[in-house]
Amino acid sequence: MAEQAHTHEAHAHAAPTGFIRKYIFSLDHKIIGLQYYFLAVVAVIVGMFLSLLMRWHLVWPTAKIGWLETLFPAGAAGGVMTPELYLSLMTMHGTIMVFFVLTTAPQSGFGNYVLPIQIGAADMAFPVLNMLSFWITFLSFVVMIAAFFVTGGAPLSGWTAYPPLSALTETGPGQQSGQTLWILSLALFSAASLLGALNFITTTLDLRTKGLSLMRMPLTCWTWFITAILGLLAFAVLLAGGVLLIMDRVAGTSFFVPGGLVVSDKVINHSGGSPLLWQHLFWFFGHPEVYIAILPGMGVVSQVLSTFSRKPIFGYRAMVFAIIAIGALGFGVWGHHMFISGMSPYSAMAFSVLTMSIGVPSAIKTFNWIGTLWGGKIRFTSAMMFAIGFVSLFVTGGLSGIFLGQPPVDLFFHDTYFVVAHFHMIMGVASIFGMFAGTYYWFPKMFGRMMNEGLGKLHFWITFVGVYAIFTPMHYLGLFGHPRRYSEITGVNYLAKSGAGEIHLFMTIAALITVGAQLLFFFNLFWSLFKGKKAPVNPWESTTLEWTVPSPPPHDNFGGYEPVVNHGPYEYSVPGAPKDYVMQSDPAGVAATGH
Amino acid sequence: MADVTTGWGGGAAPYAVNSKKLGMWLFVISDALTFSALLVAYSYVRMSNPNWPMPFEMDPAIIGATIMTFCLLSSSVTMVMAVSAAHRGLRATAAKWILATMAGGLAFVVLHTREWLHLIHEGVTPFQNPWGVPLFGATFFTLTGLHMTHVICGVVYLSVIAFGFGRGKFQSIDVEVSGLYWHFVDLVWMFIFPLVYLMSNKMP
Repeated sequence: MAEQAHTHEAHAHAAPTGFIRKYIFSLDHKIIGLQYYFLAVVAVIVGMFLSLLMRWHLVWPTAKIGWLETLFPAGAAGGVMTPELYLSLMTMHGTIMVFFVLTTAPQSGFGNYVLPIQIGAADMAFPVLNMLSFWITFLSFVVMIAAFFVTGGAPLSGWTAYPPLSALTETGPGQQSGQTLWILSLALFSAASLLGALNFITTTLDLRTKGLSLMRMPLTCWTWFITAILGLLAFAVLLAGGVLLIMDRVAGTSFFVPGGLVVSDKVINHSGGSPLLWQHLFWFFGHPEVYIAILPGMGVVSQVLSTFSRKPIFGYRAMVFAIIAIGALGFGVWGHHMFISGMSPYSAMAFSVLTMSIGVPSAIKTFNWIGTLWGGKIRFTSAMMFAIGFVSLFVTGGLSGIFLGQPPVDLFFHDTYFVVAHFHMIMGVASIFGMFAGTYYWFPKMFGRMMNEGLGKLHFWITFVGVYAIFTPMHYLGLFGHPRRYSEITGVNYLAKSGAGEIHLFMTIAALITVGAQLLFFFNLFWSLFKGKKAPVNPWESTTLEWTVPSPPPHDNFGGYEPVVNHGPYEYSVPGAPKDYVMQSDPAGVAATGH
Repeated sequence: MADVTTGWGGGAAPYAVNSKKLGMWLFVISDALTFSALLVAYSYVRMSNPNWPMPFEMDPAIIGATIMTFCLLSSSVTMVMAVSAAHRGLRATAAKWILATMAGGLAFVVLHTREWLHLIHEGVTPFQNPWGVPLFGATFFTLTGLHMTHVICGVVYLSVIAFGFGRGKFQSIDVEVSGLYWHFVDLVWMFIFPLVYLMSNKMP
């Protein structure tokens, strides 16, 4: 079909026929989107497994697990986890989750699949670059996993890789080749993200179909667009930091290593560097990265809430400006991760004020979501429930962020479980709820079959209650002064005697149940792929362009035909319209336009 | 956002920017951030080491770097000529100008390698140098090394464009886009030259 009239340049490639060109080295944005999505599924299973091992160890530190020794011969001799192994599991859990799940699925997965269709394009602007980004990301994942299996095992320095720990090879078992592979993997990931980001931005600006002005784009497209800009700017700086860190490790430079440091009773041969420099470079990337993880979720939630409330999104224009404001402010707040690293109180105050100001666009979004729900004819589908769950988690996680944004409060909280609870709530679980909402919502379009709604709702309720059961007590542990990163609390008297052990036990049981509920999701996902009810073109009676094409869409999405957009993205319950929704491509005369 | 309320025509090049050109601009922006981060890191460690060495003699270091700068700047001029010829449809002429650009780039690489070898011969490495403050060599080799990598990639990129455009394979826009990259690489050098060389020249 691709030889039919194409006015879009640059992507007039014919539908491939061989299996390899069609499913492996595909140029089709939809296949690439699914490749990213399933890469994230594999990564999330690995990441979840690591977190369970950690939770198990926290509660039963002396438990002998035979197969653990098989898996990690050095780190678990006799089946008992060493503190070093615990730290390497923590590092890999964080890294895999942040990069290969939270960055990969919402932006590269859903974005690749849905963005071109929603803007009425046949493909992304640079299909070859798109394929390249996926395979570099894949390679990066393989390199990351390989870190487990080299001498010394995976690195210990956390997903933030603070030097000098990360810059010197003699600081711990995982700090040998494991840490080097870790940096290499992230450098590859950065390169792939840069290619992906410039592809997203160009596609959004250049390939929108007739009538789809920027202010008629669905909010999902807005969030993918702004996220791509964040990725373009943030990953470039991580790449620079990575180059310097790898120089420190393999070329003997001292960018991040101060002089006179004693490691294992030996004075190391470095001088003149500054560990703080890494923190600045890393968090200049790291804070926008948080928004890279959450913004696409916000887009999906806006789309889903509007669809299933049968109401236009409340304050479309304010939503767009809030997305832009969150993205822009995100570059000015990296210092709030470094309040206790030694910072002038004046800089701390500036960072704090900017951090607080992010509360304004965040609150605009939250109130607009509630305003969208208000008085709506709500349809409680699984996607809708996860979207509402997202709003709940976003508020909970956001409020603890207000605490942490204030230097005096952060001084106490910084290295406690309070921070762990905060970022898991808002960056981890909320983003994942966005992904679940997106999966339940777009699955019919992606695979032409419906997911099982009953299982979906069961999955929602166990997960929703489960994550609150895991992470609410964690806030209290933090308030009580429970430090992060401790592999066990045996011997830490004020913790062991105060009942922290029972709280850990409760959280571990909650985690086991919540992870169990994810099996329901994976079962639903794979069962519905083959056995689900056939999906019609527009099962949710949604308005955006992806719901005008067959499920799944053909190779070039619109079969050579270019859709024309006459309406805003969320025209539900329009007075005078024949149905309770007006699709974006409906003729202009159907009803009054506007938001 | 002129298109907020007015009709949107769609099509391949809104804002009159070709997709390839926009893509290259975005790459340049992100690469500029990478170099900025490295230059900030360089400034940071330089400021925090009060005994930063300033070993570059007028001859050969500063004069050498000036000649290298001259090579790169001239290659930007020839690149402009190449793009202009390409837009006028003069394929052979454009290819010749690109070859001249590549010659400038190669001269830069050769002179730079010679300088590196000279410094290494004097005992300057990423982890030590005769003047103390090991980070001097570390920043020097990291910054100039990454830049030289960009120049070498640029020469290879230009050779593909020159060959392809001469044989009628590419459009003039491809020449223009490669020119964007080349000018950017030159621009980066215009920051490295004063910050790394001129600010480290030996005071008489």
